[in-house]
Amino acid sequence: MTDVTAPAEKDEQRPESFFGLFLRNMWSANTVTVTTLSIILALVIGAILIVVSDADVLAKFAYFTARPGDALGASGDLIGRAYADLFKGAIFDPASFRAWFDGTGTWQAAFNPVSETLTYAAPLVFTGLSVAIAFRGGLFNIGGQGQAVIGCVMAGVAGFAVGLPIGIHLVVALLAGALGGALWGFVPGLLKARTGAHEVITTIMLNYTATLFLGWLILQSGVRDPERSDAISKTIAHSAELPAMPAPLRVHLGIVLAVLATAGVAWLLDRSAFGFELRAVGVNPPAAKTAGMSVARTYTLLMVVAGALAGLGGATQVLGTADKLTAQVAGNIGFDGLLVALLGRNKPWGTLFAAILYGALRAGGNLMQVDVGISLELVTVLQALIVIFIAAPALVKAIFQLRAARAARLGASMAKGW
Amino acid sequence: MTHVSTAAVEEEPTTVGVPDPFWTRERRLGAGVTIIGLLAAAVFGALAESKEARFTLSTDATGAALTINGQFGTILFGVVAVVLGGVMLAGVAKSWQTALLSLGIAAFVLSFLCWQVAGKFLPLVDTASGSLEYALPLILGALAGVLGERSGVVNVAIEGQFLMGAFGAALVGTLATSVWAGLVSAMIGGVIIAAMLAVLAIRFLVDQVVVGIVLNLFALGITGFLYERLMQPNALEYNQPPQLPRWEVPGLADIPVLGPVLFHTNVLVWIALILVVVIHFALKWTRWGLRTRAVGEHPTAADTVGVRVRGLRYANVLLGGLIAGAGGAYFTLVSTGAFNKNMTAGAGFIALAALIFGRWTPFGALGAALFFGFAQKLAFYLSVAGSPVPNQFLNMLPYLATIVAVAGLVGRVRAPAADGMPYVKS
Repeated sequence: MTDVTAPAEKDEQRPESFFGLFLRNMWSANTVTVTTLSIILALVIGAILIVVSDADVLAKFAYFTARPGDALGASGDLIGRAYADLFKGAIFDPASFRAWFDGTGTWQAAFNPVSETLTYAAPLVFTGLSVAIAFRGGLFNIGGQGQAVIGCVMAGVAGFAVGLPIGIHLVVALLAGALGGALWGFVPGLLKARTGAHEVITTIMLNYTATLFLGWLILQSGVRDPERSDAISKTIAHSAELPAMPAPLRVHLGIVLAVLATAGVAWLLDRSAFGFELRAVGVNPPAAKTAGMSVARTYTLLMVVAGALAGLGGATQVLGTADKLTAQVAGNIGFDGLLVALLGRNKPWGTLFAAILYGALRAGGNLMQVDVGISLELVTVLQALIVIFIAAPALVKAIFQLRAARAARLGASMAKGW
Repeated sequence: MTHVSTAAVEEEPTTVGVPDPFWTRERRLGAGVTIIGLLAAAVFGALAESKEARFTLSTDATGAALTINGQFGTILFGVVAVVLGGVMLAGVAKSWQTALLSLGIAAFVLSFLCWQVAGKFLPLVDTASGSLEYALPLILGALAGVLGERSGVVNVAIEGQFLMGAFGAALVGTLATSVWAGLVSAMIGGVIIAAMLAVLAIRFLVDQVVVGIVLNLFALGITGFLYERLMQPNALEYNQPPQLPRWEVPGLADIPVLGPVLFHTNVLVWIALILVVVIHFALKWTRWGLRTRAVGEHPTAADTVGVRVRGLRYANVLLGGLIAGAGGAYFTLVSTGAFNKNMTAGAGFIALAALIFGRWTPFGALGAALFFGFAQKLAFYLSVAGSPVPNQFLNMLPYLATIVAVAGLVGRVRAPAADGMPYVKS
C-alpha cells in the first residue's frame, strides 16, 4: 500500500553517475525492487518444493556425498524444465513460433500461451480492482469471492433463462452479474455504515453463504441441465457469450473490458468527487466526517462499487469461459483477486499487471502440470508466497540486506483490527 | 494511509436511529421471538403431517422413544415461542433476557423438528454425538482463535492450520503407523502456520487479516501440491493413517443419551472439552490470563507494568496453533480416514464464526460450535431423510447467525480492543 515509488534521490551532495544512481536505487528497498525480489524468492522456494517432492531426484540425494553431480544435475534439470514450462505456457514457446514460420504449425498455436494468460487474467482484474478500490476507502473486502459467485449466478441465469437479441443479451447478462455482486457488496457496506459491523467478518460469512446458495441453485429445476445427471446448469445462450478469438484460442472480450474497467477505476479514484471522498474516508474517517463527508454513505456506495466489480469478474468467468454454472464455477477468483490487489499495491494499473502476472502463472502452471507432472497447486503456493513477501517488505529487506529507501514508505500495510 | 483503526469508525455515527424509548433491544428481540413463534405455529403447523414424530433414545429406530404428534408438536412449540416472546415484550429483568431468548430459539427449533420428523424418527444419541463430532474441530479452532485474539492477534488462518494439521496427521500417521504420532504432527502442522502468522504479524507488523487469508491460500496450495505429488500416486504408503480409537468410560457410558455421546468417544472430544474449561479458568484466574487480557485490550498499559507484549502474543498464537492443528487431526484421524485436497472446505471459517458468535470467550465458543455442529448434523439428517428443506440453507446458518450477531441485532459482540493492532514499542 505504499503510494510512492522511490523517486531518484536528487538532493545528493556529490553528483553521481547515472549508473551509480541506478544501482543505489536498485538496492534500496523501493517498490519495484521489493516486488522483483519477492517473485524471485517465491520461485526459489518453489524450486525447493519441486525437488523435495520428487522421489527420483531425492533418491539421487541419498548418495550426494559420493556423486554430488548426479543429485544437483537432476535437480537442476527438473527445476529448469518446470520453470521453462511455466514460461512457455504463459508467454511464448519458441518451438511453436518456429513451427508457425516453417508452415508446420498455426499462428493460433504460437499465440496460445498469451491467449491463455489473458483468459485467466481477465476475471482476476475485476476481482482485484474490487479489493483494491475498497482498500483505498479503508475497507477490506474479503467478500470478493462471494460477490463473484453471485455475479456468476446472475450472469449465468440471465445468460440461459432470458432470450434477447445478440449484443443486448450480453450487455444484460454482464449487468446482471454486476448487479448481483453489487447486492452482495451492499449488505456488508450497509451493515458497516449503519451498525459498525466489521466488513471483514460479514464478507467472510457472505462468501460461504454465496457458495452454498450456488450449490442449491444449480440443483433446482429450471436451472439444472435436465440432460445431465450431475450438478450443472443449462448452457448459456450464444448471444450472451463474450466474443472470443477463433477456436483453439480462448481469449475473449473480457480482457478488453478488464482494461476498460481499470481505466474506469483509475478515473474514479483520481478524478471523481466520489474517489476523493473515498480516499479521504480511507485515510482518516473522523477528518472526512469533519470535512462534511458522509462516511456511512461512502462506505455503502464503496461496497456497492466493489461488489459490482467482483460481480463483473464472476460474469466474465461464466460468459467468457465456463458457459455453465457449476459448484466450482467461480474457482478461487475472489481470493486470488485479494492477492492480485495486494501485489498491485491497490492501484488500478498495478492491479491489472498483477492480474496478468497471476494469469501467466496459472496458464504456465497448466503446461507444467501436463508436461512435467508438477501439480498446479504449486502455482497457488507461488502466488501466496509472493504476496507474503510483498506484504512484509521488512522481511525481504532483511533477507537481501537492502538499504532503506528514503521515499518509499514500506511500513506495515493497513494494520487494523476487527 | 496506514493504521486505519476501526475504533475511529465505530465512534462515527452508529445511526441505528435514536432507539425509541419503547422499542428497546429487549422489546425488539421479544417481537422477533414472537414473530418466529407465530411463523412456526402457522407455517410448520400447516405443512406438518399429523403423524407420530419419534425421537428415539438410541442410534437407530429401536428402543425407547419420546413421541409426539408432529402437527400438534409444531403448533405447541410455536405457541411456546410466542409466549416467551410475549414475556420479553412485556418487559422482564435483563438477566432473564438471554435465557428467554435461548428458550425461544430452542422452541422454534423443536417446532421445526416436529415438522420434519413427523411420520419418521430422529435418533437422539446419533444426533447428539454427530453434532458433537461436527462441532469438535470448530471447538478446537475457535479456542485457538480465543487464545490469539484475546491477546490481540487476529487469527483468520484457522482454516490453514486445520489443513496443515489434517495433512500432517495423515502423512506422519501413515508413515509411523501410529495415530499418536499423527496427532502430534497435526499439532506441529498447525504450529507451522501459527508461527508464520506470528512472525509476520508481530515481528513484521503485516496486517493480520491479510496474513491470515494469504496463509490459508498457502496452506491450501502446499498441502494440495504435496497431496498430488506424494499421496495421490502412492496412497497406501502415505495416506492411510490409523484412526483415533473410541474409548469407553465404564459406568458413565451407560447414562442414557449423554453417556454414549460423551463417554464412548475419541480422546479428542475430551481434550477439546477439558481445554474449554481450562482456558476459561486460566483466562479468568491466572496470571497468564490477566496478562493475556491486558495485552489484548491495552498493550501499552500492559507494557508499562512490565508485561512482555510481543512475547506473550507469540506464546499465545503458537499455543493456538497447537490446538487448531489438533482440530485439523479430526479430519483425517476421526472423520474420513484419509487426506484430500481442501478437505476442510471452510470449517476454519465456521470456527472463526463460532469464535465471534461466542463473543471471544471459551464457553461462548463452545456453545456456538455446538449450535453450528447441530445445524450441520441436522442438514445431513434432512438430506438423508429426503426433506424438502434444502440442506444448503441449514449449512448457511452459522454464517448468517454470525452476521446477525456482529450487526448487533442480537446483542452487540465486541472484539478485544487491541485485536489486530500490532504493538510497536515506542
